[in-house]
Amino acid sequence: MSISTQEEVEFQAEVSAWFTENKPADPGFLLPQSFMEVGTDQQFDFLRTWQRKVYEAGYLGMAWPTEYGGGGRDQAFQDIATAEMVAQKVPFMTNTIGLSWAGPLILNMGSDAQREAYIKRILSAEDIWCQGFSEPDHGSDLGNAQLRAVRDGDEFVLNGSKIWTSLGSYADFMILLARSNTETNTKYDGLSYFLIPMKIPGIDPVPIKKLTGEFGFTQTFFDNARVSDSCLIGEEGKGWQVAMKTLTFERAVSGGQAGGVHSMQVSTREVVALARHAMRDGRPAIEDPIVRDKLVSFLMEERGLDLNNQRDKIPGLAPEWPGAISMARKLTNSEWRRRLNQFAISLQGANASRYVGDEAAIDGGRWQRGYLNAFSGTIGGGTSQVQKNIVGERVLGLPKSE
Amino acid sequence: MPEQSEQSEQADILFTDEQGQLMEIAQTFSANKSPIANVRQQMTAAGSIEADLWAEIADLGWLGVAIPEEYGGSGLGLGEVVSIVEPMGRNLFASPLISTTLAAQVILATGDAEQKSQWLPQLAGGTVAALALSEAHGDWDLSNLTCTATLVGDRLDLSGGKTFVTDAAMADLFVVSVALDGAPALILLEASDLPSDALRQEIVIDETRRSYGMDLDGVSVSRDNLLRGGDIAASLKSLHLAACLLYAAEMCGGTVGVINVTLEYLTTRRQFDHFIGAYQALKHPMVDALTGLEAARSHLYHAATVFDFGGEPRDRGGRAEIAVRMAKAQAADAFAFASDRAIQFHGAFGFTYECDAQLYRRRALWCEQQHGDSQHHCKHLAPLLL
Ligand SMILES: Cc1cc2nc3c(=O)[nH]c(=O)nc-3n(C[C@H](O)[C@H](O)[C@H](O)COP(=O)(O)OP(=O)(O)OC[C@H]3O[C@@H](n4cnc5c(N)ncnc54)[C@H](O)[C@@H]3O)c2cc1C
Repeated sequence: MSISTQEEVEFQAEVSAWFTENKPADPGFLLPQSFMEVGTDQQFDFLRTWQRKVYEAGYLGMAWPTEYGGGGRDQAFQDIATAEMVAQKVPFMTNTIGLSWAGPLILNMGSDAQREAYIKRILSAEDIWCQGFSEPDHGSDLGNAQLRAVRDGDEFVLNGSKIWTSLGSYADFMILLARSNTETNTKYDGLSYFLIPMKIPGIDPVPIKKLTGEFGFTQTFFDNARVSDSCLIGEEGKGWQVAMKTLTFERAVSGGQAGGVHSMQVSTREVVALARHAMRDGRPAIEDPIVRDKLVSFLMEERGLDLNNQRDKIPGLAPEWPGAISMARKLTNSEWRRRLNQFAISLQGANASRYVGDEAAIDGGRWQRGYLNAFSGTIGGGTSQVQKNIVGERVLGLPKSE
Repeated sequence: MPEQSEQSEQADILFTDEQGQLMEIAQTFSANKSPIANVRQQMTAAGSIEADLWAEIADLGWLGVAIPEEYGGSGLGLGEVVSIVEPMGRNLFASPLISTTLAAQVILATGDAEQKSQWLPQLAGGTVAALALSEAHGDWDLSNLTCTATLVGDRLDLSGGKTFVTDAAMADLFVVSVALDGAPALILLEASDLPSDALRQEIVIDETRRSYGMDLDGVSVSRDNLLRGGDIAASLKSLHLAACLLYAAEMCGGTVGVINVTLEYLTTRRQFDHFIGAYQALKHPMVDALTGLEAARSHLYHAATVFDFGGEPRDRGGRAEIAVRMAKAQAADAFAFASDRAIQFHGAFGFTYECDAQLYRRRALWCEQQHGDSQHHCKHLAPLLL
């Protein structure tokens, strides 16, 4: 991003001042590390209030159309505001699924009525959104989703279950991929895509405890839940195409998201700081040549990811294989984050064994918790292995794996 | 325009129209002039490149890209040279373009007015220059010098030996590093200053290169051949970093080339009724090669943006040095991985001389081992970053 006009420079100063002034104080309880880990009412209320405040100040959805509650400004302004949120380490925007995938999807493919009904309330966090894609028996093989949607007049009757529904306990709406026809040539043809209300009879989200012992996602049971056929987005039977479009927003292959960040940001610099305090053989770990070598590698990798984003915007330097940077972004960034957290734990000597809640845990145990939570990035939204298939096939043109 | 310059100091990656045009021309030129059959044929020839092809390169103006207009160049910078070297590397093009460019840069930084006006126009016009910097100990530290110069009257008597002087046999000019009174010094030698048996060809892993050992014992030149217009120690370091930058460009290009070679095989060779590229054990490492390449190219064009030969005083906080070392390290790792897997993924054919994978693997090893491998650069990055 380059700040090229006087207006943008002034805007930068304005946002910076606003966030300095309005950044919430430490709430005194543990905040989740990403939108996939919102597990208590206290956490949820805090984050929802914060998102609403940012939206009301005008720093969210800045490039979305004004008629639906957006700011109607150039994307550059939102990028500046988002960068400032990162720089000031403010809490993330909890309504991620609304802001970053359902919202752009509705703007892109939805009817005017759907835009009217949902967009503004996504920005203000009045409506929280969740995603019903994965099922107990069909995860990576998303096209095989089996939750049934049977037409009954101008309604659909939903039966089955979705699982790993992030924010499932709090959501007001869900983007849902369901099977409306079982007699099709390919598994993809029988799918339809819905925008459905969650708080209706027959829908029951049941919390699942995560590996950290906290909550964040649910198994969501559907027992004869009835929704209007006006909930369809895209045509009946064309749900797979809508799902694919959704994934381009989710994996940040396409732009158009409302802005803000979706997780607590980590940087190698914080791990460098950790290495200054950790001890090795009577000396600060940062003096250990092996530790230094690894820190430099992480810094180099982090810098490369950042530079990739900048280079990707320069047409003359576009990747040899189009999409190489954007399609691999989720893979490279989530794997880097997982390994960085893991390394941060290894720096702590015997204290590496402590966990959140222990008074002597280093940095309150955030690296241990961060490492366990980092798998949300390498599994959720399509696993790293599946991402490698996608990049290998769509970017490098390799034949499909069986 | 103070605002302007502040702005360009902020940008991490800038890519000029000139760079874009040069890259396009260099891509077409390299693909035409250096298809793999020509590369192989040239490997058995006396020089790394034929004289008429070198003359074409000179005519294109590429040797003067980073030489100021007053000396017959086009007054651009090393960033523009990067966008020529990358496509050349992609086609395994071999030539003294890098050594000639670097020689011009060091003369520009440390030569006196006469040396500059004597040599720069010639170098821009196609005179080949070679760098005699390495020594038998193999240390990448260019200030570790055992070769000496001794001042006797107004002459310099040289002694010792240099190694890895590429394209020495076709060079008219040599930039030689020696210790003079215990301090590093750079001397310009002309081919005529060397006795006929001073050069001995080395057998090197990259067969597209012509590399020579150079015996300095008994060589004596006028003291006027000393480069003395600037800080020699600083220039040696700049030379090292500039070489790293251009090698990083060559390696990024090579990585693209070898990924292409491997993809071609993975999409045509069948085993167990499938194209072998359908197997994830091959597909996934290819994605790793790709992401390694993309990171390397991003580091490369960042380094090309911020590096400026002899520009250290303006370089706040070692930004340029950090960028260049990262670019070299990342490119070396990416090229090493992609070319190593290229051999494996061709099966026994990959084990043959005929398979092109070895050409890239050997090129990668050469580039990695000249001017520091990635661990070396990580070690030197540590004090700059931590
Ligand atoms: C924290 C978190 C939050 C999530 N939130 C949501 C949500 O809000 N909504 C939602 O719908 N889903 C959500 N998910 C689910 C996520 O999308 C799935 O977990 C993911 O797509 C993988 O499916 P699976 O868990 O069934 O694993 P499986 O598909 O059973 O995979 C098991 C293992 O096999 C590998 N594998 C599978 N297929 C292949 C293949 N073709 N090639 C190579 N390897 C393969 C996988 O990489 C994995 O390692 C969430 C997941 C997590 C972890």
